[in-house]
Amino acid sequence: MTVVVVGAGPAGVNAAVTAARAGQDVLLIDSAPRIGGQYHRQSFRAKEIRVAHDRVKHLPDTSVWAIEGNRLHLTGSRVVTASRLILATGAYDRTLPFPGWDLPGVYTAGAAQAMAKGQGIALGRNVIVAGTGPFLLPVASSLVDVGVKVRVFEANSPSQNWLRETKALIAGRRKLVELAQYAKVAPYYRERTAVIAAHGDDQVREVTVAKLDQDWNPLQTKRIPVDAVCVGYGFVPQLELAISAGCRISSGFVEVDEDQRTSVPWIFAAGEITGIGGAELAAQEGIRAGAAAAGVQLGLTVDRRFAEALTRVYPVKKGWRGWLTDDTIICRCERVTHRKLQAAAENLTATRAVKLASRAGLGVCQARICGHTVADLLDLDPTTFARRPIATPIPLGDLAANPVEEP
Amino acid sequence: MNVTVNGELRKVEPGRTIAAVVPNVGVFCAIGVCHGCLVTVNGLPDVRACQRVLHEGDEVVTR
Repeated sequence: MTVVVVGAGPAGVNAAVTAARAGQDVLLIDSAPRIGGQYHRQSFRAKEIRVAHDRVKHLPDTSVWAIEGNRLHLTGSRVVTASRLILATGAYDRTLPFPGWDLPGVYTAGAAQAMAKGQGIALGRNVIVAGTGPFLLPVASSLVDVGVKVRVFEANSPSQNWLRETKALIAGRRKLVELAQYAKVAPYYRERTAVIAAHGDDQVREVTVAKLDQDWNPLQTKRIPVDAVCVGYGFVPQLELAISAGCRISSGFVEVDEDQRTSVPWIFAAGEITGIGGAELAAQEGIRAGAAAAGVQLGLTVDRRFAEALTRVYPVKKGWRGWLTDDTIICRCERVTHRKLQAAAENLTATRAVKLASRAGLGVCQARICGHTVADLLDLDPTTFARRPIATPIPLGDLAANPVEEP
Repeated sequence: MNVTVNGELRKVEPGRTIAAVVPNVGVFCAIGVCHGCLVTVNGLPDVRACQRVLHEGDEVVTR
């Protein structure tokens, strides 16, 4: 019996090492070839950084696709029995739809970061980074570093909003030092500005950029030539394993106590699935979860004030709905347009009914990209789109094979 | 390292993902979430190009 940690980002790695130091055998499962997660993604050219503890066994290129009792089903027809489970599955970029967002050359902000950090590749030469949140800055900064011409359009007005968050700013002063290193982006940074349409035939060539009012309704617009657009409107937590294990969700995140314990006593959660707060907070939560899973009391407190302020400083405002046309794609997988969604969903109030009637969210990504958007447009609970009994798509062969027990 | 993309022989650095060497493969999120970049590798369909690191002799077929 081992402590199983799912996700090898800042939360998962710290949880694994802490539990191992407390004497537990730990299995650290991650879908990527190397540890680090999104934030500490390793370049394929660099010497690999590994977990330096002999009680931690790292299982790379592996996903947990189901939880049955305390048995976890892994890709490659393997199963593992866990004494304690720590979920550190992280989050991915939230995107908002706009006309032309399905053109090649439109990416998530995280895509730009992943390709730059992991593969050393710039997604364009003349790039706009647009959306909301402090994450846009490191993305833009990494593009500046590889010689890309970058402009950053922040839809909110954080320079004003932070003035109302004095306590959070004091709590997050180390974060401010981190943000100061992105000062090189400042000349190319505009607030209350967004990309509201992308234009091109086979690839994005131009975008419509709008000055926004405080609710994100467009005021004036102009067209700008670009060869790539990277958008990010905050993050969506990867909740499917927590939900299928029966962990209570509140306000869109996994509910945990001060030991990072979920409502299911043998399961702990750490990092972005318990609230978006960045790598440093995730690491602290990971340490607490690892200790608690090993039965050790640390007496470590975590200051969440900065993280909680993020949702007030960088909210998603309703005005984006006005950027859509009838023909704007909402669900990329099933090519469901705004018109088709609205027509199919008329008088429907349940997520399942909306999905079946419109096909939005039924495609191969299983509503990971469109779920939040559909929920917002139709006033549904976004976490209902994260109910996925099979947490990640697997080949039928994996399902059919007799699974091998992972020691 | 040698691989083929739609039957064409390509020389690639070890450690490269399919998404890094095949242009216009449908990458949107590049972290395995959107499933926009599915390709067939050595006959196995629906492989995410952004997640799959290439191995010697891989045969990649795009849609």
